[in-house]
Amino acid sequence: MRADLELIYDWVPEGAHVLDLACGDGELLETLAKNKGVTGYGLEIDHDGINACVARGVSVIEHNLDDGLSSFCDNSYDQVIMTQALQALRRPDKMLDEMLRVAEEGIITFPNFAYWRHRVHLGLRGYMPVSKSLPHAWYDTPNIHLSTFNDFEHLCREKGLMIVDRAVGVGDHQGHWKSRLWPNLFGEIAIFRVRRR
Amino acid sequence: MPDSDTLAFADRPAGSVGVVTPHLARFDTPLALACGKVLPAYELIYETYGTLNADRSNAVLICHALSGHHHAAGYHSEEDRKPGWWDAHIGPGKAIDTNRFFVVSLNNLGGCHGSTGPVSHNPDTGRQWGPEFPMVTVSDWVASQARLADHLGIERWAAAVGGSLGGMQVMQWTMTYPERVANAVVIAATPRLSAQNIAFNEVARQAIRSDPEFFDGWYAEHDTVPKRGLKLARMVGHITYLSEDAMGSKFGRDLRSDDLNFGFDVEFQVESYLRYQGDTFSTAFDANTYLLMTKALDYFDPSATQGGDLAKALAPAQCPFLIVSFTTDWRFPPSRSRELVDALIRAGKAVSYANIDSPHGHDAFLLSEPRYDAIFSAFMNRASRELNLAETSGDEAGKDKASLEETP
Repeated sequence: MRADLELIYDWVPEGAHVLDLACGDGELLETLAKNKGVTGYGLEIDHDGINACVARGVSVIEHNLDDGLSSFCDNSYDQVIMTQALQALRRPDKMLDEMLRVAEEGIITFPNFAYWRHRVHLGLRGYMPVSKSLPHAWYDTPNIHLSTFNDFEHLCREKGLMIVDRAVGVGDHQGHWKSRLWPNLFGEIAIFRVRRR
Repeated sequence: MPDSDTLAFADRPAGSVGVVTPHLARFDTPLALACGKVLPAYELIYETYGTLNADRSNAVLICHALSGHHHAAGYHSEEDRKPGWWDAHIGPGKAIDTNRFFVVSLNNLGGCHGSTGPVSHNPDTGRQWGPEFPMVTVSDWVASQARLADHLGIERWAAAVGGSLGGMQVMQWTMTYPERVANAVVIAATPRLSAQNIAFNEVARQAIRSDPEFFDGWYAEHDTVPKRGLKLARMVGHITYLSEDAMGSKFGRDLRSDDLNFGFDVEFQVESYLRYQGDTFSTAFDANTYLLMTKALDYFDPSATQGGDLAKALAPAQCPFLIVSFTTDWRFPPSRSRELVDALIRAGKAVSYANIDSPHGHDAFLLSEPRYDAIFSAFMNRASRELNLAETSGDEAGKDKASLEETP
């Protein structure tokens, strides 16, 4: 499984009812269902991802996250998960509100724009960063709201959300001491677990 | 040499189930209908494709739409030009793969293609049922289909599958007989008609009923057919089945000749097309059946008994659902499928949903389209895997045919 998904896996309790926003090919939900008895739905917009989910037997709904989560009732899930999609949304802040309306707890991962390699790209070389976590060129990227560890923490503070857990994904060196100490500099992928207060 | 109207059998596309023969099943146990009347006995005509496996776990029920019937796939003879109405999706290697599944497709009660309906004879009076054939509903159809399943020795469908009005029957199956459906596929359908849908149906019914040759439904006894009414009904229906784009790209504003003749004869290609469709239909379909089936559509609303709460109505369902809609369908647009999806989510059911890009409007559910085929196949393949269905061989075919005939 993808490094950030492996971390998330441990944060999802046994038998939880979850909503996985931008669930991709459904690997996380399938693994959680098989090993932890987790139930729930994936939301996805990519056709191949939807097909892969259906083939695996993961319940997937074709849905554009920019349309909100009005199909889902308040507090109807234990957790809402959104991996690598926050940065592609029209209003990430509104989605955060929606996520914590349908569940008390949310898990969010996104590429950290302040990762040192990204800083080198932009600060020293003067180019928009292209990396494993930001694989697109500036002109065809779906990412319209790039942010950093610090930015996200700032948004959570503004919204009065509690950060329960924070982790980093850095290529193969997941959880390296440097990134734990200075996640904003050494964390390539930001992973947050947040709760309503 | 085959003449130009026939397709030599050897030339038929791969993936065809080939030549099929319909069967007739007779039921002598009275069927109590939702309208309060009782049908003392009835017959259902059906076709099967593929082979029923030894433990009878691979049967798929195909529910038909408004003007559909039992002939869903294959050909009735080697000279037959057109295959069954859902041939795009039923056959070896197709979404409903007859190498694995045993497919059952029937003409619903009240139909006019061989099942008991207005054109059959009423045993009490000795005359044709005509307008006296009792009103049938989607739940009546499902009850009669359950008896057909009993007749075939099928306890549980590997999947119940249907588009449009067929999709409503699938929904009803999951609520009435949840333990008898392992998977449900609902395509281009709606959990209940909108006022606009009902309005279109009413225009169609009025077209038929106001035809001077309708004779209050007793046209057969007057040796006539309300063709003009049926033709108009079908023309109205047909407009709602196609998208504006599909009609535009097919006909545009093309004229049949170069000059405008400022009259009411056919001038535009689309007029000619609609008249042709209407004419063909008016000779092939029974007017009383059309009235009955549009009413069955109008009446369908499982949420009605639950104070409008569809999620509550769907509570008994146990199986995984696949819901599919099409972007240009304006008869039952994607938003109507989404209502069903949202209710299934609220009810906590396993459901997957895809909205397929297609220019073909409501009719898209009958056609082949790569993304539609792919998701349909993915769902059916997973169903087959979970039910541990193996490919059914020719040898087994003979054996199962024999055991089928033994069933009462």
